[in-house]
Amino acid sequence: MRILDCLETIGRAALRAMRRAGRMGVFLGGMVAYAVTPPWKPRLCLRRLFFIGAQSVLVIALTGAFTGMVLTLQGFYALSRFGSDAFIGPLVALALVRELGPVLAGLMVTGRGGSAITAEIGIMRIGEQLDAMELMGLNPFRYVVVPNLVAAVVAMPLLSAMFDVIGIWAGYLIGVRVLGVSGGTYLGEIAQYLETRDIAAGVWKSLSFGVIICWVSCYKGYTCGYGAEGVSRATTQGVVLSSVLILVWDYFMTSALF
Amino acid sequence: MIQAVGLHKAFEGVPVLRGVSFEVPRGHFMALVGRSGHGKSVLLRHLAGMLRPDRGRVCIDGQDLASLGAHELRRLRRRFGFVFQGGALFDSMTVYDNVAFPLRECMRLEEEDVSRRASEALARVGLAGAEGKLPAQISGGMVKRAALARALVLEPELIFFDEPTTGLDPITAHAILELIAQCHRNLRFTGIIVSHQIPRIFEIVEHVGLLHDGRLRFVGTPDDMLASDDEVVVAMLRGDDAQMEPRRTPGPRR
Ligand SMILES: Nc1ncnc2c1ncn2[C@@H]1O[C@H](COP(=O)(O)OP(=O)(O)O)[C@@H](O)[C@H]1O
Ligand SMILES: [Mg+2]
Repeated sequence: MRILDCLETIGRAALRAMRRAGRMGVFLGGMVAYAVTPPWKPRLCLRRLFFIGAQSVLVIALTGAFTGMVLTLQGFYALSRFGSDAFIGPLVALALVRELGPVLAGLMVTGRGGSAITAEIGIMRIGEQLDAMELMGLNPFRYVVVPNLVAAVVAMPLLSAMFDVIGIWAGYLIGVRVLGVSGGTYLGEIAQYLETRDIAAGVWKSLSFGVIICWVSCYKGYTCGYGAEGVSRATTQGVVLSSVLILVWDYFMTSALF
Repeated sequence: MIQAVGLHKAFEGVPVLRGVSFEVPRGHFMALVGRSGHGKSVLLRHLAGMLRPDRGRVCIDGQDLASLGAHELRRLRRRFGFVFQGGALFDSMTVYDNVAFPLRECMRLEEEDVSRRASEALARVGLAGAEGKLPAQISGGMVKRAALARALVLEPELIFFDEPTTGLDPITAHAILELIAQCHRNLRFTGIIVSHQIPRIFEIVEHVGLLHDGRLRFVGTPDDMLASDDEVVVAMLRGDDAQMEPRRTPGPRR
């Protein structure tokens, strides 16, 4: 009996998880389908782009700078043990462009933009504002989901490029001014070792992270439960799920692409 | 014409509607009364196709809502107006933009016409001067009036009002009912209004339904209702709850 009960509980949990994953998949499909068919709402897209993109610039600049700085310190420490501290430039640049830029920018945008998206849509849900749109014969997806998707997909590559550039520049400051690597070496080695496909890999990653952030945040807001508690729970879950998905997806992309 | 046939609905095993049937002919106005938590809002949501019944069906002008796809349902809804119990104003938009929203998005009018019709609608509900305010900056009564203006601005053929006067002071409530009655006379819409304004509401509707315990305990004209000797009807009219123990405590609501 015990064992049967146990199995039943496990089975039920598995079914529930699969149902939830299926619903999220359908949501993603709808999101993409409505994004590529008219009517579009360019004004709303621009407004979301300002919120997700432009208003994230400061936090991206700060995290980019400090990441580049700490990466230079740590990298220099490791490389100088092998006497190859001349390669500090490519180390910092490759780590940022291929990996840390997209991932950390994605995590920052999740925390700043994703949580706000979930909360906003959740409040529209519990305030029956989404129902009100439906009852006007309009599709709420076009007003609250698609503009976020467009904004996230446009903003993420730009933000992570900014993260990379500021990180490399901050690394230059530390490497050249503090640790005494020559400026020519730092930049010259980067120019030699950083290839177009490294940059392309970073762009693909950040694009897909944009989709993940918008997908998870909008889904959680759209399906939030009841009341303020429902919204706050959805927001927390959205941030956690989106961050985890970014890291998991990052692993699979890295292993598939390179 | 609105037609409901044997609507049943349960949430997580708790029945809310247990066989509701009625009909509102084109151009008629029906009041839906009943105690809180007895399923009036749920019934309205079914009529607008926002909830699917477990059993039974809803027909609008002879068209079964269950047979419509998402796209056809949207097209049908362009002819609807719906005033939510809580207003459901878009809280990121000003009062003016809320009222202008359906004009811009559903009718695609020129900004000139939008501005004229939105201002008119706002003036009609006495909100001229509050155009630039956000929903969070105005009182509950003003929110309800703005929601009314938003629903009426498209001059729909079919309107559902969910407690448009609940929680308002008597003077504002009276003014809003008067406004609804006037719109009904002018636009001749088919409508259903959930209201607790008994007997005031009886002056503006042709039919009354009393929803009790998931069923329509009474349907008929206001005069029939006033003459009825059904104990639940009498208790409702008297405002006496001795006969009308609540079925259960209301569960969580959005
Ligand atoms: N989405 C829902 N999920 C679960 N229960 C619900 C839902 N909507 C309404 N109910 C329940 O249905 C009953 C009727 O609610 P409602 O129609 O809002 O009452 P009222 O007549 O006051 O408008 C209540 O007990 C409520 O808890
Ligand atoms: Mg209600």
